[in-house]
Amino acid sequence: MTLRHDDAPALPEDVLLRVERLTMRFGGLTAVNDVSFDVRRGEITALIGPNGAGKTTVFNCITGFYKPTVGRLTLQSGNGRFLLERLRDHQISRTAGVARTFQNIRLFGGMTVLENLLVAQHAPLMKASGFTLLGVLGIGGFGAAEKAAIDKAKAWLERIDLIDRADDPAADLPYGDQRRLEIARAMCTDPALLCLDEPAAGLNPRESLELNALLRSIRDRDGTALLLIEHDMSVVMEISDHVIVLDYGKTISDGAPRAVREDPRVIAAYLGVEDEEVDEVEREIEEAAS
Amino acid sequence: MAAPASPAAAPSPLIAAVKDAGIAALIALGLALPMLGLVTTQTQAGMGLVPHWDRVAIAVVAVFAGRLLLNLTLWRPGRRKSALAVPPKVEATLARTAKYLGPLAILFAIVMPLLPFTERYAIDLGILVLTYVMLGWGLNIVVGLAGLLDLGYVAFYAVGAYSYALLAQNFGLSFWICLPLAGILAAFWGVLLGFPVLRLRGDYLAIVTLAFGEIIRIVLLNWYWFTGGPNGISGIPRPTFFGIDFDRGPDGFAATFGLSYSPLHRILFLYYLILALALITNLVTIRLRRLPIGRAWEALREDEIACRSLGINTVNTKLTAFALGAMFAGFAGSFFATRQGFISPESFVFMESALILAIVVLGGMGSQFGVAVAAVVMIGGFELFREFSDYRMITFGLVMVLIMVWRPRGLVSSRSPTVFLKEKKAISGALVQEGHG
Amino acid sequence: MEYFLQQLINGVTLGSIYGLIAIGYTMVYGIIGMINFAHGDVFMVGAFLALIVYLALVAIGITFVPLALLIVLLVAMALTALYGWTVERIAYRPLRGSFRLAPLISAIGMSIFLQNFVQQAQGARVKPLQPVAPGGFQFGAADGFVVNVSYVQLMIVGATIAIMTGFTLLVTKTSLGRAQRACEQDRKMAALLGVDVDRTISLTFVMGAALASVAGLMYLLYYGVIDFYIGFVAGVKAFTAAVLGGIGSLPGAMLGGLLIGLIETFWSAYFSVEYKDVAAFSILAIVLIFLPSGLLGRPEVEKV
Repeated sequence: MTLRHDDAPALPEDVLLRVERLTMRFGGLTAVNDVSFDVRRGEITALIGPNGAGKTTVFNCITGFYKPTVGRLTLQSGNGRFLLERLRDHQISRTAGVARTFQNIRLFGGMTVLENLLVAQHAPLMKASGFTLLGVLGIGGFGAAEKAAIDKAKAWLERIDLIDRADDPAADLPYGDQRRLEIARAMCTDPALLCLDEPAAGLNPRESLELNALLRSIRDRDGTALLLIEHDMSVVMEISDHVIVLDYGKTISDGAPRAVREDPRVIAAYLGVEDEEVDEVEREIEEAAS
Repeated sequence: MAAPASPAAAPSPLIAAVKDAGIAALIALGLALPMLGLVTTQTQAGMGLVPHWDRVAIAVVAVFAGRLLLNLTLWRPGRRKSALAVPPKVEATLARTAKYLGPLAILFAIVMPLLPFTERYAIDLGILVLTYVMLGWGLNIVVGLAGLLDLGYVAFYAVGAYSYALLAQNFGLSFWICLPLAGILAAFWGVLLGFPVLRLRGDYLAIVTLAFGEIIRIVLLNWYWFTGGPNGISGIPRPTFFGIDFDRGPDGFAATFGLSYSPLHRILFLYYLILALALITNLVTIRLRRLPIGRAWEALREDEIACRSLGINTVNTKLTAFALGAMFAGFAGSFFATRQGFISPESFVFMESALILAIVVLGGMGSQFGVAVAAVVMIGGFELFREFSDYRMITFGLVMVLIMVWRPRGLVSSRSPTVFLKEKKAISGALVQEGHG
Repeated sequence: MEYFLQQLINGVTLGSIYGLIAIGYTMVYGIIGMINFAHGDVFMVGAFLALIVYLALVAIGITFVPLALLIVLLVAMALTALYGWTVERIAYRPLRGSFRLAPLISAIGMSIFLQNFVQQAQGARVKPLQPVAPGGFQFGAADGFVVNVSYVQLMIVGATIAIMTGFTLLVTKTSLGRAQRACEQDRKMAALLGVDVDRTISLTFVMGAALASVAGLMYLLYYGVIDFYIGFVAGVKAFTAAVLGGIGSLPGAMLGGLLIGLIETFWSAYFSVEYKDVAAFSILAIVLIFLPSGLLGRPEVEKV
């Protein structure tokens, strides 16, 4: 049994993930309504929109925590082509290569920083331990595999500047460090696509700048595409290559950051605008309504 | 959570203490008057009541005196908190010395039966304690590491015991062949029962495992032709020394090794057998903790959703924990059967599951050393009270409550990391999650 | 058909008893999220107290049955409520807000304690009671098969309906019920808004224990024999009922109790008495697997 869906229609070369007509209903509530967009390779794509616009629901559909009511989610990476809506959550991470972080950080608080990064390398280590059987008996190449895993973890800890806290429990870290650790943990799964749910929330300006640098380096050095939900407009405008705006579960704008920023629908729905522009926007809305 | 007596309203702490004790005594009177004071007794005219006012008086006075004493000492205003908590320094020392205490305890367990002053009773008690140590360690994989609350663990102990008894009686298989078979069968049942229910969250899982435990016991009780029903199975073959019987005959253990016959040989053999089984359980658990599967268990206990986002198949991971825990219970069960020579459903009641779970929780979930200490304290202490058999179950229940109130996280609450770069630091129990699944 | 009707009546009677115990589980679970493992034993204590009070009344010469039963009901409720309060105060309140397993172990300890305390105090032998209100109505004697509805059965079902009505009013209409529901939603917020959380939780235990004692009295009247061990099995089944109905839901507990009572009775009547508990437990497992939030519970959406 293979989890790949290579018979699905191919995507253009530069597209990593194509979301088509995604709809998610909870009982009578339609949280996401007919949303389509592309996430391209080597880009940072931002998903923005007011509270309750359905951003996190889109994320949960992509990462398999929710099963979409309608829609197709095609991911085409070096490993093949996958229809994400047909995979289970752990398969999406393991085989399709989609990793994620959470809005309210979900670290393994009682485990050390290093252990957190090793848990993320579960699948390769499991294989190296002969699915535990050989590992218990101490046969096979588990030792070498574990050393490699620790080295990888160390490299990431250097990158996020937490190497000195490797042996501390994750719950003891300050908030900003926990955010970075969660990103590093997701990256330890070697994803093709990294989904970040409000990575800058709660960070101070300095931490926010560090985060921007980290996300850029993930895009440029690791070749991982990023899809992020963010409220902090300075972060979005600063680092994203492509912005999608959701409002009430629908896409209202899709394009380059500059174009999106100037889209009146977006301004009306969401972006903070200059005082004199408010009147203008309101007038526009009134005109549209009448 | 506030102290009932506020210092402003109570001019004298003594008066407040007496008043508080008086209220407690009044409540005790209400509780004791009917239950202790009037004993329902069968008479010729039907049911009647026999008054026992003396017991009521004793209970009320005891509660008053005890409460007063506590109010004046441990619960004195201002001391309330610190008196009951173990200072962090002591705890840190305890955690550090645990590293050396473990090997020392194992060494003691190995030489204990050979010491000149050790009596047979002590060895028997040792066997009993070690059985529970092993069961505790087995359940610790499920509850302590994977964070899955299993209230029906005794079912797998029963499967192991009945597997050995039936295989040995019906097919004449030897203990050493039955032992792995019993473990495999128990693990198989673990998977079979675990598969449908491991999706359930915490308390539901607990209650379904309890139900499964009861179902297995009821089936054992009613499946007469197969399990002997309430009469159980007797005449289970005793263990042999790799094929050599422990008897007086010319082929017996004593004769083969040129020793004079002693019934103690068999006891010693059983003692070392269970010690070896328990140590294997411990060794395997310690090793598993450092393997990806063990880390996945602990990660699962910490945060299941994060696990899923990292590509961990949570159902399989839980099943492995469940099956392994069941397997060790199966081993312990077949040891139990060969040691007793007789088994019946009576031995596999819910109380046993509760006792094993209590050992794990009292020991400090996840800590191998803590679990062993808890088993020694609980089972050893329980046996020491044998002379007061009327009151020992009452005391036992009360002690369980008191230990939990005193140390809700168990004796050894800190967690030791499985891997480190520079320095291995114990992780405070307050940070460690208990699992939700 | 008569046989079926007879079993239906027996099942409803048994179900009423389970339902009354189940409410105690469901309320406590709703408010503090713990399985009050000792609740089954509180029910057992209630049954004993009912027996003791009844015998005491007989001893002082109150033999007019309706009056005696009314007094027994009220006194046993009060005394059992005191037990419920004390159990919470000693074994659970100090553990509030701590680690989830601690109260469970503490509850198991309390359950062991109560069982053995009663055994020591009252003796290990079973306690029979000669029928208090013998007789009943008979129907359908025409084709030789008779359906019996005893006075006791009528009393049990009638009292359950009355008590449930009163209780529902208490929980939905009074400020206590409001405080209780507030604590269920968010204990911290309730405390900030001036709800005395400790008192509300205490009262929850008191109410649960009082209802359990009613069930204890009914069990005593219906079966005519009790012992110190009845709490465990009845407790597990009542918990099953609470889960089946959807834990946290009061009508669910009653419905679950009825279903468990009916399943058990019909299973015993048509299949085998030995495996009646297996039937109840299997239903529990099946319901949880396919309908994890029970019949009337709210489904849970996983928060990611």
